[in-house]
Amino acid sequence: MCDQTFLVNVFGSCDKCFKQRALRPVFKKSQQLSYCSTCAEIMATDGLHENETLASLKSEAESLKGKLEEERAKLHDVELHQVAERVEALGQFVMKTRRTLKGHGNKVLCMDWCKDKRRIVSSSQDGKVIVWDSFTTNKEHAVTMPCTWVMACAYAPSGCAIACGGLDNKCSVYPLTFDKNENMAAKKKSVAMHTNYLSACSFTNSDMQILTASGDGTCALWDVESGQLLQSFHGHGADVLCLDLAPSETGNTFVSGGCDKKAMVWDMRSGQCVQAFETHESDINSVRYYPSGDAFASGSDDATCRLYDLRADREVAIYSKESIIFGASSVDFSLSGRLLFAGYNDYTINVWDVLKGSRVSILFGHENRVSTLRVSPDGTAFCSGSWDHTLRVWA
Amino acid sequence: MAQELSEKDLLRMEVEQLKKEVKNSRAPISQTGKEIKDYAEAQAGNDPLLKGIPEDKNPFREKGTCMIS
Repeated sequence: MCDQTFLVNVFGSCDKCFKQRALRPVFKKSQQLSYCSTCAEIMATDGLHENETLASLKSEAESLKGKLEEERAKLHDVELHQVAERVEALGQFVMKTRRTLKGHGNKVLCMDWCKDKRRIVSSSQDGKVIVWDSFTTNKEHAVTMPCTWVMACAYAPSGCAIACGGLDNKCSVYPLTFDKNENMAAKKKSVAMHTNYLSACSFTNSDMQILTASGDGTCALWDVESGQLLQSFHGHGADVLCLDLAPSETGNTFVSGGCDKKAMVWDMRSGQCVQAFETHESDINSVRYYPSGDAFASGSDDATCRLYDLRADREVAIYSKESIIFGASSVDFSLSGRLLFAGYNDYTINVWDVLKGSRVSILFGHENRVSTLRVSPDGTAFCSGSWDHTLRVWA
Repeated sequence: MAQELSEKDLLRMEVEQLKKEVKNSRAPISQTGKEIKDYAEAQAGNDPLLKGIPEDKNPFREKGTCMIS
């Protein structure tokens, strides 16, 4: 059931910049024009700031950033691991590979679990998207995309469809059919169109809307049935590499991470950025909400994972070691949020104690970079995908 | 998309955005960090990867051979 209504945007040529965008009506000297959201925002601030120079804007931005840091510092009265001092330390963990899924012909780039806790969809540089039964390791569906580097894939909440995309700049939805006479590729529906590669996609809490992130620096929300753009999210200064939706109980927000080293939290209805964090020293490859929705973790090419507390509005933990010098490509929390699993470019998976900030385990097995990692919906296992062409299920 | 706007327009948008963000409400870590910790502790009992699952209940246990008794 869709409990949100969105203003359906007219799509067409903007009266100011003439680009093909989602348009909204604006009034200029009592004449109605259609502007794209970017030109509309510029127009709104135009009349107020005529005497600004580049230099005065830069210094205003710097002083605002300083003020923001000051306000955030006031709440930094204690560290997270100090709050967690009396929490019982974790014991030894024995996690091993329980299943190895072999079948991709090239690097595995992305994977997602089905809500049934057993099926997995994965996508690869070889252009193939495969649906697996992780209990039996059988392949249930396979489709070949018209492009290589399928960087993103997602399972629909109903379990009846999958979405994927990559270098084709699109996100397409494939209904899953068990009819042997039906060709999966024939029912393909193109939903999202970006002007650069698709880096991430996720269904919202229904099969009817998809959220996408792209190398074009934007995120966007789409209606699956009509392919209509419902909302776009501008603000990243470079490629957006990842996104994650807030747990449904906590409202309509999502977080995105990009090559501009920023993690941004967005309001899905207004398209506005609510909070932004810029403490990583390199690209942010992965972001994931803490199960309560009050925080999120990030993994970056700077070889650290970090935890950002949304209500304190700051970074509250860094998960790093001097011996870890390769980037973290993907992160996910265990069900309670106590453990953070992170896959790295040095082929390992590190398991972190979220509260105490220490590493509790290191998992070996993959023979090349770990590129994607997700915990199963009921928390009984997690799956990792790698450039070694395989996926592993660990428990 | 960002490259199509002038530097002045980009800066103007950044200043507007920063003005909004400065006004966000915030709470001290002693309070919010405690809530994060409390959540993890409360949910710990339900976390299979944290407390482990007995082999016979683990859906990903080693695939055994069939035994006829």
